[in-house]
Amino acid sequence: MMHNEFTVVEGDFANAGKASSEIKKTLKQLNIDNQKIKKIVVAVYEAEVNAIAHAYGGTIYVDLDEEKICVLIKDKGPGIPDIARAMEKGFSTASAKVREMGFGAGMGLPNIKNNVDELDIQTEIGVGTEIKMIVNFNS
Amino acid sequence: MNENYFYHALRIDHKICFGCTLCMRNCPTEAIRVRNGKATIYENKCVDCGECYKVCPSGAVYVAEDDFQSIYNFKHRVVLMPSVFLGQFPEEIKASQVYSVITEIGFNHVFEVEASAFLHSILSNKYIRENETKKPLISTFCPAIVRLIQVKFPALVDNLIPIKAPVDFTAIYIRKKLIEEGANPEDIGIFYITPCAAKIAATKSPVGEDVSTVDGVLNMDTMYNIVLKEIKQKKEFSKNITANNDVTSDCVIFSLTNGERRLNNFKKSFAIDEIHNVIEFLERVEDDEIEDLDFLELRACDESCAGGILTCGNRFLINDRMMQRAKKLAERERNGETSRRKAIMNEREYLTQNSHVGKIKPRSMMVLDEDRSVAFQKLTRIKEIESKLPHTDCNVCGAPSCHALAEDVAFDRAEMTDCVFMQRNLEKRGSLKVEESVEIMKNIWGEDKLKDYILNK
Repeated sequence: MMHNEFTVVEGDFANAGKASSEIKKTLKQLNIDNQKIKKIVVAVYEAEVNAIAHAYGGTIYVDLDEEKICVLIKDKGPGIPDIARAMEKGFSTASAKVREMGFGAGMGLPNIKNNVDELDIQTEIGVGTEIKMIVNFNS
Repeated sequence: MNENYFYHALRIDHKICFGCTLCMRNCPTEAIRVRNGKATIYENKCVDCGECYKVCPSGAVYVAEDDFQSIYNFKHRVVLMPSVFLGQFPEEIKASQVYSVITEIGFNHVFEVEASAFLHSILSNKYIRENETKKPLISTFCPAIVRLIQVKFPALVDNLIPIKAPVDFTAIYIRKKLIEEGANPEDIGIFYITPCAAKIAATKSPVGEDVSTVDGVLNMDTMYNIVLKEIKQKKEFSKNITANNDVTSDCVIFSLTNGERRLNNFKKSFAIDEIHNVIEFLERVEDDEIEDLDFLELRACDESCAGGILTCGNRFLINDRMMQRAKKLAERERNGETSRRKAIMNEREYLTQNSHVGKIKPRSMMVLDEDRSVAFQKLTRIKEIESKLPHTDCNVCGAPSCHALAEDVAFDRAEMTDCVFMQRNLEKRGSLKVEESVEIMKNIWGEDKLKDYILNK
């Protein structure tokens, strides 16, 4: 088992993608299928942007073994009031400022769901959100 | 991983190299290590970009070339001259003088490589239109880029346009013409004047192909010297030789940055030169970060072929001369003094049939092992070693970075004790003697650098 952590800073879109590109580098070394790598990178990137845009930043925990990668994104943000709606394509609560930067199209969570094998979202209003995603290399 | 994938034209002369580490520090694929005081190349990581050649202060990096005399093994001697070759010569030297000298030093036929560039771009554009699903499509014109993608961006191998380079088209065309004129195929020798090492490597071991379209490669600097010397010493030039006029104005600048891109009209395309720029951009392409991208013209050298390592003179001046020539040609085309339709287009069908390259395979140097569980063990080991290294990337171990050393150790190509920080720590602990450290350093840097010269002064 290999463990890695990344810190995500609120509003720092300029550095979005740090965790996903680090993960990409590692997976390339493990001879993981390219399409699979792409999926993981997209999912992690979306989650990074979510934390930057909505959740006052947070921490990304990556656990990797031979069979799978598990990425947990923890934030102390406002929480998601209605997960079902957040999972709808095009639904977004992003501020005008965030949208101006080209983010906030309402594709974040739907995109994550499409690209991972398992997705678990734990959220509490005013406390924070934990998004756990797993991708199996063999599936 | 151990089998040798590529032919390499870039070599290091160990009699000249003094182990300065400049090449190692500048290699974009971390393919160089210092051993025994000399730079050595990991062949499977090298993409022949020539960065090492550019930065070498002692001229120890050289480009292996065919002997000029080998042209005489053939009765029909053809030289393929890329337009960047004419760009080497100062303004007062005319193209016809260069042609005239080239025929006099032994060639029967002179042909400009870019004669086929127009057809090349027709076929590429067609391929791009027909392969929407593979977007973005990436030019295969620069062989260093093709190798870079094979080893570092294997996920993008399918995006490469599997069409031969203009030099191949032109060579195929000439061979056909000469055979039609009655030449024995074995008597035809086609030689290409190359501006870079990657073209040599690609010619000697063509990607996806078994045989090369040309019979030999001559280095541009060598040819420049031969031709310029002749021109300087000559007073009279034969009047009946004129430049072949095979090339249209837009194809003359095909090998410059934007040369390919301006011959297509796709909505979203980029022309990027210089290998570090290319790597930076490809990282983003690989992640699908850039949407609706149609076409990428990528070149390893700054200013594309005008900046090739075997060119002579300043790349911006070469670029300017080529642009001036294109301008003049365009004017003649507008005035009807020369046709935009060239003879080579009569063979369009034949060339199209022979235009495809075989499958370009990924040859990842990133993959630690084909077997994922072995790769995982290696990766764990690398991370563990790396965590003990100082992260100074000081190069004293003979590797370009602490990470590279960690990888070398995991693959038994180096020892942890190659690290000078590690040595000090072990010495302090009493588990390594100073004499042993010196021996380790000698293995990396050679005897000379560890002479006791300070005390002997």
